[in-house]
Amino acid sequence: MRPAFSVLFLTTLIGAGQGLLVALVAGQWYFVIGAGPAAESGRFYALGVVAALAFLGLGLFASFFHLAKPQRAWRTISQWRTSWLSREVILLPAVVGLAMIYGGVHFLEWKPVLLTFTNQKSLDLSMALGFLVAGAALLLFVATGMIYACVRFMPQWSSAWTVVNYTLTGLSSGFIAATAFATWAKSPLAGFFAAAALVLTLTALVGKAVHLWRNGRIKPTSSMRTAIGVNHRNIRQMTQGFMGHSFNTREFFHPGSPEAVKGVVALGLAFGFAIPAGLVVAAWVVGEWQIAVAAVAIQYAGLLAERWAFFAQGHHVQNLYYQTRG
Amino acid sequence: MNDKQYALVIDLNVCVGCHACVTSCKEWNTSGFAGPLPDTNPYGAEPSGVFFNRVQTFECGTFPATETIHFPKSCLHCEEPPCVPVCPTGASYKREADGIVLVDTDKCVGCKYCSWSCPYGVREFDEVMGVMKKCTLCVDRIYDLSLPPERRKPACVLACPSGARIFGDIKDPTSAASVAIFESSGYQLMPEWGTSPSNHYLPRRKAKILLHEDELVRADNALKIEADLAKPAFSAPSIDDMSSW
Repeated sequence: MRPAFSVLFLTTLIGAGQGLLVALVAGQWYFVIGAGPAAESGRFYALGVVAALAFLGLGLFASFFHLAKPQRAWRTISQWRTSWLSREVILLPAVVGLAMIYGGVHFLEWKPVLLTFTNQKSLDLSMALGFLVAGAALLLFVATGMIYACVRFMPQWSSAWTVVNYTLTGLSSGFIAATAFATWAKSPLAGFFAAAALVLTLTALVGKAVHLWRNGRIKPTSSMRTAIGVNHRNIRQMTQGFMGHSFNTREFFHPGSPEAVKGVVALGLAFGFAIPAGLVVAAWVVGEWQIAVAAVAIQYAGLLAERWAFFAQGHHVQNLYYQTRG
Repeated sequence: MNDKQYALVIDLNVCVGCHACVTSCKEWNTSGFAGPLPDTNPYGAEPSGVFFNRVQTFECGTFPATETIHFPKSCLHCEEPPCVPVCPTGASYKREADGIVLVDTDKCVGCKYCSWSCPYGVREFDEVMGVMKKCTLCVDRIYDLSLPPERRKPACVLACPSGARIFGDIKDPTSAASVAIFESSGYQLMPEWGTSPSNHYLPRRKAKILLHEDELVRADNALKIEADLAKPAFSAPSIDDMSSW
């Protein structure tokens, strides 16, 4: 499959934005349940939401480059009953909108108590909105992952591990971004974010490794015998019907050699997960925000490589019909 | 499930791989309902273009026992089209009336997601218009009342010089398409995906006759009956009205 850079930027950027929102809500909840000694200011969350909105906005901007007719993008909300792509298009602005309200409520320090529980803890408006934001962000992870996981004809994608990995890598990059933000702001949440980022990054690495292992053991469902319906063991394509190229030879193939794809997979695992995990620990111990920002930048490059390899490793069933130029 | 399902039946036993269906399809459809079908760099080193129909060629077996199969491939108008539900805008749809799968090029955003959900690789993206294109079964021909009834068929069917393409309603058991499927073991491509393609293919059929050597060499009195045969009556009919038994 040809890796489209618009989609690589879209999925990595909104993943980081959603993860950062989930991190901020988790940080707020961390104080609400009484785990932390002090609370954070409303401005801290508001600024964090602005950073998350920047990620989401850049991702949304990149997504328009994937559409040949972006002026018709409004039509894509219509088929939410059947299409995960449509569901993603609905959820992304929903997350952005809820995040704006969440950030605004924090900025204005508007915290009317909605519910008081028997243990004297209370649920205020900002926390309630936070749960909505986090829930919408997690649903968006599922929608984005399902866009790829529901493509039955791409056996490397058609797995629950695709959804798991989109969610875990997004959360990992979001929590690392939150670590950088909290370390820079000298927030008491820096330690919590760093610990959570470390756990999520290592879990994401394991999830990615399991997905790669699973993809190495796929048995093809279709063969040349079923593709053209000739019951013969030895079938070769003499010509695909044209000497040049077509949409099918461009969209479903990529120029990288198998060795190059393996190299990019290794780069993705190292720069996307292993090195950022180490840098997060370093930032946590040393307390320098520059180290955490380096972790964000290195992980972003690594996740682009990881996403590139995710596309390049997808072998579509239709490729059976496009094996020989001539 | 549709009550009516138009489809093509392609006879691989008859197809000679001449590409007449490819060129006539391009010619008709580039100015038709789903046109244009633009080419990019058509006379250069790397030509590319949009086609609804391609003829591919496969070779089976090991030399010298090989067999060449010319394999025309266009949209199969599946009864369970996986490309339709994934479309985010509803531009991709299957007609209730006749089961033809079409793209509304006024609604398509050009996300190409439908092509990912087709195992047959028959949707082709038009880079110039920025929308997805596909075989329409010549929906602008088959209902055209200004054409004589025998010409209301897809352009590829009319162009095929060997009659390898049959057009008809596969839900009507008396149609030529249905009869061909029933009588000549028509089959579907990649049935394992549950897409239930409407287009069917007729398999290669080996025309063989079993001959024994004594059928090739004339032998007098082959049954070796030595005795004279009984003479028929003078008035009995003879073989040629000239000789008698």
